[in-house]
Amino acid sequence: MSDKQKKATAYWKENVRYLFILLSIWFAVSFGAGILFKDALNTIKIGGFKLGFWFAQQGSIYVFVILIFVYVRLMNKLDKKYGYNE
Amino acid sequence: MSVQVWTYLLVGITFALYIGIAIWSRAGSTKEFYVAGGGVSPLANGMATAADWMSAASFISMAGIIAFAGYDGSVYLMGWTGGYVLLALLLAPYLRKFGKFTVPDFIGDRYYSNTARMVAVFCALIVSFTYVAGQMRGVGVVFSRFLQVDINTGVIIGMVIVLFYAVLGGMKGITYTQVAQYCVLIFAFMVPAIFISFQMTGNPIPQLGMGSTLNDGSGTFLMDRLNGLSTELGFAEYTDGTKSVIDVFAITLALMVGTAGLPHVIVRFFTVKRVKDARKSAGLALLLIAILYTTAPAVSVFAKMNLIDTVSNEKYSQMPVWFKNWEETGLLTFDDKNKDGIIQYVADKDKNELIVDNDIMVLANPEIANLPAWVIALVAAGGLAAALSTAAGLLLVISASVSHDLIKKVFKPNISEKGELWAARGAATVAVVIAGYFGIHPPGFVAAVVALAFGLAAASFFPAIVLGIFYKKMNKEGAIGGMVVGISLMLFYMAKFKLGWLGEIPDKSEWWFGISPEGFGTVAMIVNFMVALVINRFTPEPPQEVQEIVENIRIPSGAGEAVDH
Repeated sequence: MSDKQKKATAYWKENVRYLFILLSIWFAVSFGAGILFKDALNTIKIGGFKLGFWFAQQGSIYVFVILIFVYVRLMNKLDKKYGYNE
Repeated sequence: MSVQVWTYLLVGITFALYIGIAIWSRAGSTKEFYVAGGGVSPLANGMATAADWMSAASFISMAGIIAFAGYDGSVYLMGWTGGYVLLALLLAPYLRKFGKFTVPDFIGDRYYSNTARMVAVFCALIVSFTYVAGQMRGVGVVFSRFLQVDINTGVIIGMVIVLFYAVLGGMKGITYTQVAQYCVLIFAFMVPAIFISFQMTGNPIPQLGMGSTLNDGSGTFLMDRLNGLSTELGFAEYTDGTKSVIDVFAITLALMVGTAGLPHVIVRFFTVKRVKDARKSAGLALLLIAILYTTAPAVSVFAKMNLIDTVSNEKYSQMPVWFKNWEETGLLTFDDKNKDGIIQYVADKDKNELIVDNDIMVLANPEIANLPAWVIALVAAGGLAAALSTAAGLLLVISASVSHDLIKKVFKPNISEKGELWAARGAATVAVVIAGYFGIHPPGFVAAVVALAFGLAAASFFPAIVLGIFYKKMNKEGAIGGMVVGISLMLFYMAKFKLGWLGEIPDKSEWWFGISPEGFGTVAMIVNFMVALVINRFTPEPPQEVQEIVENIRIPSGAGEAVDH
């Protein structure tokens, strides 16, 4: 394998690792907190919000937005590290 | 000034604006027509994507649906936003790097097969046509309610406007009108929401208002009161819902994956300059969408509360003017079953006397809350912006599928640049006319099918694209097999359980795995993945140069501009 290929493979591996972590969070807030564990979380109340309901109708959406911007930052850094930035 | 005058004024000004932008941004080449020249800034693309995405359904119907479905409505909120995470992380950057014009382009080249390309074109056309017919209908409804013109005339006015800027401007014209349309629609959605939130809770931020205490000095939380009232009237608690967990799970996933697989959304990411711009504009798009999507559930809570307060156990003779107005449209009906002159709004179907259409919750909200005339007119302009922007995006996908994927790539490869541009304009014109026809004569199944367009997209495109990027050895046999089986299975389930084309619609208890047709896209998608992987095991691996393409799209640098070919 040439150096160029090695670099590409290493970059891709780190990228996939980021995806795995970010998508786990994506799954946890929506399908986890908002659906599967909603009833348990609903016993907790913050202000007028039951927590499970809040995750389903508000919280998960805020987290989605944050996740994409975190991804953008991580990838911009990764691009720089491997010299793929432009 | 009256509501009507305000409406004519605001709708007139916004339409003039859209047409002005279209003339200023005419497309001169196929590249400008398909991908706006490939030099759109991330912010402009984010705004355009948000307007493209938020349709008449998001603007007009969604808050109303949630108001009546309570917790169950969460599937739309999570489903239609969570899909952007998949889009940003799994698709947009790589498709941008690939750098062609359409989704069938990617499928056809990545799977080195014109059969794959044709299957993708077929899927794109089904998804886009079902979706666009709903938009034209939405235009007609807004026109008829706010401008007192006939629904059909409304549809035709909408057709002419869209035709004008989509045919003239192509993607370039659409992009910049969508930027303007985003501004109009978000302003129109937020202004009444902020007014009402302040009225009811004293907190002007709707997202916080829905979790605050009522403004009446009782100190009760708004949602506690709503839960109490709902149970009193025999409904499920607002924060609880009635759908099974597995169905909520499946619908949410189908909507997310479907969102990520919708061709008119994906194609927007071909219009930016670099891969990093594609990532960033996906983030901006979701941020701009989230403003509306986190406000909508608050609007639902306010509207439901206001509705119950105004009508429940009150005398029919003392109903306010808006009640009578909407009765005339047939979207609100009162049937005094026990002849006591009092409105009983309860869960029990035999005793309930009031039927309220989902769609009027957003449109009537400003009237219910006694807001000024210009706010009511603004909502009309916003609804039109939402419907027109989505319709235009879809028409472009249809026209590109025909002129680029079919004519240029399959039937007449040596067509000139100019010829292709004219073919694209011709296809857009034909598509507008067909969409308008469906808007005027809606086949009964359109409304049902629009919701299912997501299932179709999830069952067909998503697996093929994801495997194409993340699995280098995925071959054409697997991808084609997966797409064909996935979309067929989804169409079969729709025909059987939703449209009743295969005899009487079976009872809910016969749903496979307890999953509704709306959520079945999840099952069809999983089947697509499995079929693709199994076939792939028993057929030859893709040629070396295709594997090199895959390696190349994984690296962000050197995307250049969308390549002409």
